[in-house]
Formats: sequence, C-alpha cells, structure tokens
Amino acid sequence: MKIIKYLLPLFALFLIIWIDLPQNYKINFTVGKAKVNYTINPFSIDWNIFGFQIKKEFVTHLGLDLKGGSNLVFETDTSKVKSEDLQDALNSSRDIIEKRVNFFGVSEPIVQTVKIGNNYRISVDLPGIGNVNDAIALIGQTAQLTFKEEASAEAKVATSTPTILRLTKDTGLTGKHIKKASVTFDSQTGKPQVALGFNKEGVNLFSDITSRNVGKQVGIFIDNFIISAPVVQQPITDGNAVITGNFTVDESKKLAIAINSGALPLPIHLVEQRSIGPTLGATEVRKSVYAGVVGLLMVLLFMVVYYKKLGIIASMALMIYGLISFAIFRAIPVVLTLPGVAGFILSIGMAVDSNILIFERIKEELRKGKDFDIAIRLGFGRAIDAIKDANITTLTVAFILFNPLNWGFLPQFGMVRGFALTLAIGVATSLFTGVVITRRLINLFYKKN
Amino acid sequence: MVNFLKYKLVYYLLSATVILLGLYSIMRWGFKYSIDFTGGTNLEYQTDKKTNVNDAANIFKVNKVEVVEISQKDKTLIIRTKAMNETQEKLLKESLEKNLQTKITVLRSETVGPVLGKETLMKTLIASVLAILGILIYMSFSFKGFNFALSAILAMFHDLLVVIGSYSLLSHFFGAEVDTMFVTAVLTSMSFSVHDTIIIFDKIREYRNVEGRIEMEYGANKALTETMVRSLNNSMTIIFMLLALTLLGGSTIRFFVATLLIGTVTGTYSSPFVATPILVWLEKKRK
Repeated sequence: MKIIKYLLPLFALFLIIWIDLPQNYKINFTVGKAKVNYTINPFSIDWNIFGFQIKKEFVTHLGLDLKGGSNLVFETDTSKVKSEDLQDALNSSRDIIEKRVNFFGVSEPIVQTVKIGNNYRISVDLPGIGNVNDAIALIGQTAQLTFKEEASAEAKVATSTPTILRLTKDTGLTGKHIKKASVTFDSQTGKPQVALGFNKEGVNLFSDITSRNVGKQVGIFIDNFIISAPVVQQPITDGNAVITGNFTVDESKKLAIAINSGALPLPIHLVEQRSIGPTLGATEVRKSVYAGVVGLLMVLLFMVVYYKKLGIIASMALMIYGLISFAIFRAIPVVLTLPGVAGFILSIGMAVDSNILIFERIKEELRKGKDFDIAIRLGFGRAIDAIKDANITTLTVAFILFNPLNWGFLPQFGMVRGFALTLAIGVATSLFTGVVITRRLINLFYKKN
Repeated sequence: MVNFLKYKLVYYLLSATVILLGLYSIMRWGFKYSIDFTGGTNLEYQTDKKTNVNDAANIFKVNKVEVVEISQKDKTLIIRTKAMNETQEKLLKESLEKNLQTKITVLRSETVGPVLGKETLMKTLIASVLAILGILIYMSFSFKGFNFALSAILAMFHDLLVVIGSYSLLSHFFGAEVDTMFVTAVLTSMSFSVHDTIIIFDKIREYRNVEGRIEMEYGANKALTETMVRSLNNSMTIIFMLLALTLLGGSTIRFFVATLLIGTVTGTYSSPFVATPILVWLEKKRK
C-alpha cells in the first residue's frame, strides 16, 4: 500500500521532467569503448487508441517578440456591406488573407478576427518573417479572379490527375469582366446557386469558353486558389451564367460576395504593425533566462541559509514548482512572450511566499513550546487562510489583465495577456506546490521523528 | 517587542520626500509616452558601419516624414516618427541605404495608427479603474472596520504616487516610456502592496480579538514585530528575482521589471510604515 503512495507521485515527477526536456538536444560522448549518440527530445504523444489518433507534442511556444516575426492589425471598412452579410464577409476576408499568408511560406501564421465596439479588425501573426512590407502589400492586394480551362488533351492521357489540377490554362476571362454575382434559387429544385452577369467583353469571352468546353469543367479561381469548378452544360451566349453545385445558402452567399468584390470582400487598411527581427528576440530571451537562473540561485541560497533544513525542503518544492509550471506552459500551450517570461520568473519569487508563511508560523508555534509534530500541523493550518487571502488580489488583477471574455473595453494585447497568464498560472501552481508538496516532503523527511 | 511606531515621524518624512521628488519630476519633466498611446512609428535599424545621425535625420525630412526623436547607439539608429504606412517605410529604408551607403537590418519596427493609440489609452484606463475597484471591494470585505480599509487605501495611493513619480524620473533620465506594460506593472505591484498590508492588519485584528481591547499602539507594535521578519523575507525573494531581471535581463523589459521592483519595495515599506501608523492614528482619534 505504502509503496503505491510513493510510486504515483514519483511517476508523475518523472513524467513532468520528461515533458520539460530541452528540444533537440544532442549528446555525444564515449564511455570506454562504447559511443553514445543521442538526441534528447521532450515527451510527445502519438497514439492510436480504438482508431482515434491522439497526437500532442510538448514543446515550448515562443511569442513573436522572442522568435522574431510580425504582428499586423488591419481595420476593415464595413460601411458598404449589409449587416446580415457582415459575418460572412468578415470570415471570407479572413480566409483569403490566411491563404495569401500561407502562400508566402510563413510557418504557423495566425489570422484572427477581432471585434472592438463597432469595429472589426483582422489580426495577422507572422512568425519569423523577414520582409514584412512585402507581406503587408500582398495581404492588402486586390484579389484576382480568373477563369481557367483544361490544358491540352495530351495532359489528360498522361496521368490520372484529378481534373481540378488540370485546369491550368488561362482563358483571359477575369474578375473585371463580371458585372455582378448574386445568389438565386433554382426554380425547380430550390437549391441555391450563384448567378453571374458579364459585361460586353465578358459575354463574348464567356461564350467562346463555354463553347469550347461543353461537358468539361471550367475552374473559377481567386488568387490562384480554386473556389469552384462547374461543368459547362451548354454554350452560354447571353452572358448569364449560373454556377450550380451542392451549395448551402451560406456557401453560395460567400461565393457571390467573393466574386463581387473582385477585391477582398472588405477593404482593409493597416492600423498597427509590430515587427521584431529574430536576432533581437534571441538575445533578449537568453539574457532573461540567465537573469532568472541567477535570481533563482539567490533565492535558494537565502532559503537554505535562513531556514536551514526546512529551507532545503522549500528549495526542493520550489524546483518542483518550476518544473510543473513549465510543463503546464508546454501542455496548454502557453505562448511565451518576454513579459510572460518575466511573469514566470516573478511568480517563482512569490512561490516561496507560501513556504515562508508556513515556516514562520511553525517557528512561532515552536517558540511557544509546542512539539515539532504539532507545530507543523498547526503551522500549516493557520497559514493556509493567510495564503489564500493573500493571493486573491494578485489573481484578481491577473484576471482583469488577461481579459478572458475578450471584452472590447479591456486591453486585448498579447504582451499584457502573456504576463497575466503566466502570473496567474504561476500563482495557482505555487499554491499547490507550496502547500501540498511541501507537506509531503516534510512528512517524507521527518518521519523518523 | 520593538516600538516601531515611535519613529513614525521619520517614516512620514521619508515618504514625503520621495513623493515630493516624484511630483516635482512630473510637473517639470512629465513623462515620455510610448507609441502605444500616442500612435506613431518606432524604428530600430542596424547599420553595418557607423553613420551620421544628422544625415539620417535629413533623409527623413526630405521624404516628408516628421521625426519626433532620433538617436544613435553604436551602429544602431533609433528613430521615432509620426505614424508611417508600410510603403513610406520601405521607401525610407531604401533611401537611407542609398544615401548613407550602408545595408540596413531591421531590428525592430512598430507602427500604431493614431486612432488605435487613443483606443488603447481608453482601454488601459478602464482596466486600471476596474482593477483598483476590485482591490477596494476586496479590501472592504476583508476588513470590517472602516479605519482599516481607509488606512490600507491610503497606503495604496502612497505607493501609486511613489511608483508614478519614480517613473517620471526614469523617463527623464533614462528614457523610460509610459506604455501598456508600465500600467501592468503598476497594477501588479499595487496588488502586492495590498496583500502585504492585509497580512499585518490581520495580525493586529487577531491581537485585538484575543487579548481584548488593548492599547492600539501596543497591539500594533506587537503585530509589526512578529510579522516584520516574515514580510521582509517574503519581499526579499521577490526582490532578488526582480533585481536579477533588471540588471541582467533583456533590455526591452528592463523598465517594466524596474517598475515592478520599485512597486514591490514601496509596497513592502508602506504596509508597516505607512498603513499602520495611519491606522493607529485614526483609531486613537476615534477614541
């Protein structure tokens, strides 16, 4: 029985250390005649349970200010869009921007819509990008709508490529030939479809294209991404075309809006931009980690010198605290920005607080002449109320700064949030380690008494 | 038992000096506001050879971009201008490269449109008011005596003035800017200060309850003596960490951490040496 009590926490500790291992850390050394070449990697999950694929990697997620990269905020002009189309237009714009950003080859970009009062903004995170001005130009660009048809017949024979990939020949018909696209409903089936109206030149071009491609697919592309590839039923000479497919009303609306704009559904302009070059980020993080380690050593030294044996226990609890916090950051995952790292380091200083409270109470009871065992129990008891009380103010402030419900009237910035989050996680975890773990460790080491 | 309260005049004098110094600085030099609130563009360009700052400034003028401030550290140019859009920025960078005959690496570049700046200011103010309200509400619940809450609130404002005053000094001498991180630091250190005050007041109340209506001053001194060590130790650990970060940590968060440090120091100081004497004084008056 007793063994199980110790086994479980030990296993948990082992798991946490595994999660916290540095990424891609290579070790090579020779022992006698044997050579060891190993790359350490943190714990990761890639299991197949009952056909469900569970995948999770525990890595450190660095914010833009540490990795280097840019954050762009665009404000959208919603004045020309009807309110019921607003959400669709917004999502469309977001999707198109995301596709463009992907095209730029940035890894893990994040494109989000943000609502502030009556303004809708789109925020774009581009990690590691070199030339941000090119990216901005690309994002704000007018979208290109093009129609393409199948390339030559030989290509068809060559492989079993799906038709869509063979639609590569430019037809010359583009967005500027379209007068209007609107959503209509098929008179017989009631299914939604998108009706296109062309200008004079467009009518002619379209008539040629459809004549050439009866029974075949013609691709409609925005920004070189295909949005629809309807089959031409018959040559269309009157310039009125209908795109049918298995659309939902929403999808057809989106398509109509996308075609109509020729541009992004919503005009955008840049209101905020922050870019940090990667070298600056790396130096900052190195310095701060170094500072954190120095600070930690000072704290540990202080604890051991002042509280002696109890101090050593507190130091162990503190290190466990650090490991657990870091594991949590990797697990959620929390994106670490520089203020976030500062928040974490700060919370290490605060974590010792609960231990100190408990120890001082214990000393007080010992001074009053109580037995060691009883002193410990009393010390814990009295201290817990004070500890709870004390941390609530910090948690309140952290909560407001973090702004979890994304209220428009409170700050929504990455940096502030990052700090609040790491601080809050730090305080919560420190409550846990300070009380639970310290007690266990004391029990462990003072059993002999 | 140490009679801390005997020296209360010393404490008041110390506090007054620091606060007056801060207020003077605010009135004389004010603050430097970051583009977070004013809008504008911040550029940090690294050149591969030392360039002439004045030449660089001229290039901006020629391109009709209003420079608010331009400075140079080694091979890095730090420039603050009115908000530019990305095409202007690209043009300027190329113009600088051509005219100064150097390749430029962009270390950092930030632009905040003016409308966004004002909005950020609003949001930050609201957050601060809410946080302060939250702390006040919590305090009035914890302390069922009006005098307790009042003393704690006054101590909190004392700390607020010290931190803001010091930041004005930092602004003037070291170029610290008032940005959203500064506000975050202020709010966080206020929560520490209240936390510390609560611990002491808790003890004082405990003595009042247990040992009956004892003389206020006696009780306060006793409580202070007993909690002083604990308070100091507690703050020591936080101060160690913050000191390490300020001196050794990254430069972008230096002022943020320094503010937290000042806030923690004054928070620790104000609980026994500002809040308690005020409390004793108020209670004495009540008699």
